[in-house]
Amino acid sequence: MTATLHIDWTRCDGRGLCAELLSGVLVRDDWGYPVARGRQGPERTDVPVRPDDLEAAREAVSLCPRLALSLRDAASGDSQRRR
Amino acid sequence: MWAFGRVSGFMSLGLFTLSVLLGVLTRSGRPLLVLPRFSVSILHRNIALLAAVFLGLHVGSLLLDSFAKLRPVDVVVPFLGSYRPFWQGLGTVALDLVAAVILTALLRQRIGHRMFKAVHWLTYAAWPVAMAHAIGNGTDTAGKWFLLFAAASGVAVAGALLWRLSSTFLETAKARGGNLR
Repeated sequence: MTATLHIDWTRCDGRGLCAELLSGVLVRDDWGYPVARGRQGPERTDVPVRPDDLEAAREAVSLCPRLALSLRDAASGDSQRRR
Repeated sequence: MWAFGRVSGFMSLGLFTLSVLLGVLTRSGRPLLVLPRFSVSILHRNIALLAAVFLGLHVGSLLLDSFAKLRPVDVVVPFLGSYRPFWQGLGTVALDLVAAVILTALLRQRIGHRMFKAVHWLTYAAWPVAMAHAIGNGTDTAGKWFLLFAAASGVAVAGALLWRLSSTFLETAKARGGNLR
């Protein structure tokens, strides 16, 4: 199973760092918030991340100014926000 | 040791000023020319850490200096020093504040955003205290270059603060104010 990047919308402030680091996965909407490219519904909150993007996703998790991101290993359901 | 202590103090203050400016820019969510947002954020962190290294050298070298007569307790507890205790004490206050800010910043992932943010606000107190310490306690304050340095830093930080408080501060301020185009 692939990992997913969980976006906590109660924390997200749309600062745009994640969309820069994961430019192939996320774009910003008009208000700056991240939107998963080509994804619909719940996959916009738990965004599937390909193995190639995992390193960038980890960077995004650690650099998010609002601590709004967490990486989840879909297989174990494990949250890795605290690295 | 004396000369080294002075120079490292200026280096530290200069780097802290730069770090404050980059921190304000980070908060605005804007990139800096060719630097993307995450680079500005990393630069802010690294310059702050470099400033802390120079702060360590500044205090460490003066601790070993026979002229400064600094005791280990003066590093932590303010206003007990023998030479201009008030101004030296401000340096100790700034050191304590900076230590708290850096420690909570490094532990951000563990202590959570709220705690990190609450302590990070102390930077706005630490910077003027550090500048006052440099002006009141420094022995190079009569020099023209120091006045120039202090004035430029003061103007830059005051400008950043005014920008921070302005309504168009956030990159997304316009869109979120309901003015898409």
